[in-house]
Amino acid sequence: MRVGVFICHCGSNIAGTVDVARVAAEARKIPGVAFATNYMYTCSEPGQDEIKAAIKRENLDRIVVAACSPRMHENTFRKTIQKAGLNKYFLEMANIREHIAWIGNDKELNTEKAIDAVSMAIAKVMQNKPLHATSFKINKRVLVIGGGVAGMQAALDCADGGLDVVLVEKSPAVGGIMARLDKTFPTIDCSICILGPKMVDVGQHEKIKLFAYSEIEEIKGYIGNYQIKIRKKATYVDWEKCTGCGLCMEKCPSKNSYDYFNFGVAPTKAINIPFPQAIPKKAKIDPNYCRQFLKGKCGVCAKICPTGAINYEMKDEIVTEEVGAIVVATGYGLLDQNILTEYGGTRYPDVISGIQYERLLNASGPTSGHIERPSDHTEPKTIVFVSCAGSRDKSIGVPYCSGFCCMYIAKQAILTKDHIPDSQSYVFYMDIRSPGKGYDEFTRRAQEEYGAQYIRGRVSKIYPKGKKMIVRGADTLLGTQVEIEADLVVLATAAIAAEGAAEMAEKLHISYDTFGFYVESHPKLRPVETNTSGVFLAGACQGPKDIPSSVGQGSAAAAKVLSLFSRDMLESDPAIAQVNTNACVGCLKCLKTCPFQAIVEDTLRSGKKVAKVIETVCAGCGVCTSTCPCGAIQLQHFTDNQLLSEVSAICQM
Amino acid sequence: MSDVGTKELRIVGFLCNWCSYGGADTAGVGRFKQPTDLRIIRVPCSGRVDPLFVVRALLTGADGVLVSGCHPRDCHYSEGNYYARRRLEMLRRLLQFMGIDEKRFHYTWVSASEGQKWQQVVTDFTKQVHELGPLHDKKEKAD
Repeated sequence: MRVGVFICHCGSNIAGTVDVARVAAEARKIPGVAFATNYMYTCSEPGQDEIKAAIKRENLDRIVVAACSPRMHENTFRKTIQKAGLNKYFLEMANIREHIAWIGNDKELNTEKAIDAVSMAIAKVMQNKPLHATSFKINKRVLVIGGGVAGMQAALDCADGGLDVVLVEKSPAVGGIMARLDKTFPTIDCSICILGPKMVDVGQHEKIKLFAYSEIEEIKGYIGNYQIKIRKKATYVDWEKCTGCGLCMEKCPSKNSYDYFNFGVAPTKAINIPFPQAIPKKAKIDPNYCRQFLKGKCGVCAKICPTGAINYEMKDEIVTEEVGAIVVATGYGLLDQNILTEYGGTRYPDVISGIQYERLLNASGPTSGHIERPSDHTEPKTIVFVSCAGSRDKSIGVPYCSGFCCMYIAKQAILTKDHIPDSQSYVFYMDIRSPGKGYDEFTRRAQEEYGAQYIRGRVSKIYPKGKKMIVRGADTLLGTQVEIEADLVVLATAAIAAEGAAEMAEKLHISYDTFGFYVESHPKLRPVETNTSGVFLAGACQGPKDIPSSVGQGSAAAAKVLSLFSRDMLESDPAIAQVNTNACVGCLKCLKTCPFQAIVEDTLRSGKKVAKVIETVCAGCGVCTSTCPCGAIQLQHFTDNQLLSEVSAICQM
Repeated sequence: MSDVGTKELRIVGFLCNWCSYGGADTAGVGRFKQPTDLRIIRVPCSGRVDPLFVVRALLTGADGVLVSGCHPRDCHYSEGNYYARRRLEMLRRLLQFMGIDEKRFHYTWVSASEGQKWQQVVTDFTKQVHELGPLHDKKEKAD
């Protein structure tokens, strides 16, 4: 066996704290190593050429690259050695950058550690076997989870690209947060006017199968072949028959139902269509408020419905769809205002959140676009906006910036002046964060043209005094205390992970961060991929984002799906479990532990019962290998011998 | 000399590829400094870790073994870490019957985004092993 070892400097990233020349010299002493060298940038084209040339020149048959994390460049180097004629599984990487050079300052210790890492990789690569991928067919349908602007964009781009799309939205209508906005910054374009046509397209596109008011129940399978169980929640209205005429909503006597669409700004009816432009425009009963459900008698909607669509007996329904890829666009949530006790939580009706104010501004909102105080329905003259209400506050676990609040506050200040010309807006801010085309100019306009008073400082307390709300805060530029008598206070509550984000991630087997936002494959270069192949991210489920970024990600995710589906067959990872039928005693413990039901019982011609792995189903976790009492089932590329050879390389007494 | 102050000890880490190996990468990218005693072996899933690997490492020269996987309920392979949890918990209780202090073995869960947590885990465990001192020198003396 002739192993070649390549130690990368990575500029000064590795060479700065690891003596790479010494690592190469030590590697040369290890039996089996035919060639070892160090190189400035191994991943560069000349670096890869160097590997290819060495394979030919030195007749190498195994390669170790000691460089960055294999999560970064394993594929790069696998392709390199493949081009030089070696099986790509004859490569091992030693991670001497992330795990060594970057986390220790002591060059001597780092170098020793790097030598160990290289020895382990050499020990493992000498045990490696050539593996060959098999190909399998892919189902060219895509599931999009979430019908906000990011999800709709992904669905439309995929559908226009010729794919069949299954779009699942948990609320009764698509549109997400954007459908609730009045105007968008920095153009002050009407939000629903630009979103509406997209929503109609989603509703009417022949390639898009829309499941509104539905949730993902279960996800099984792997890239190319997923089986999805979707729960169609009971609406108590037969949507096949419902025409969206709205008669039921008009006549419903239960008038105090919580309005999810309007974030509770005003109550709605127990049977309702969320908003005039809703897609699909269908009614739904909220059983928590409906008299028929609470008291067992009413039935007004059933009597009035011209098509007889009401069905109080309706049950949730589970449907199964098969897809080959998944785009996750589950969006974000907003911080519960009750946490902000210094601002009164939700105790004062005239202290509201930014999204609630948005609904007050909106012509299709509960006040038909007239700004009024929730307490007494009078027109406010002094309005105070509090930015960073929860954002950038470590004490409540939201240390990050929510990104879009500075901009929407400026927009709301401008709109307030448009609605009530003799009003005065005040904005308390920590910093004005307005990167983006035309964004900074926009916040300036709010101040200079629309006279919004910007006060740099935080608000310490909000309390009522008569009919007014007193907002007490600091002006850090003047170094004084400020008190403003406000008629209405608007809090820019922090953007947080969507409700149920963690549970969804667990169903998808993707990672999420401490805050519940989904983790992309690489923060710079793979922003819409996840570490689970076949699952892509779009929009604010990955972190707070404004509309253009969400739309961009929606399209990006669609492009990824389209490029994935441009092939008819996918190559399977050959690093899967394999049974040695001579050693297998047929206890079938592996069959019970396999998380994927990838192992079945098989009978050999001799009549012996053994375990058999279904190659396309095995995901390569190796739980079976550590279950098998006789070492008969081995996860390829991570066999007992391979892992123990690594242990032996560093544990010699 | 290890960063901890005494002679460097031998600690072997089995890290699952999807969460903890990524977490260790994240710690590296964030330059979260750690003691240098740990040597990392990458496995696809914590469920791949045969408890006998841990025993083999401890018997042949390691002074401590660390296993880290995805958080329960967030396993890349659905349930591999549940198997790991049961097996490794069992192993922890059995170690004393082999004459090995159970503090030399630790299993935990670190996600790919938890670079800082990884730094903490490595620092704490290294310190814990250093408090116990080398495993094998002691044994040689006893012999």
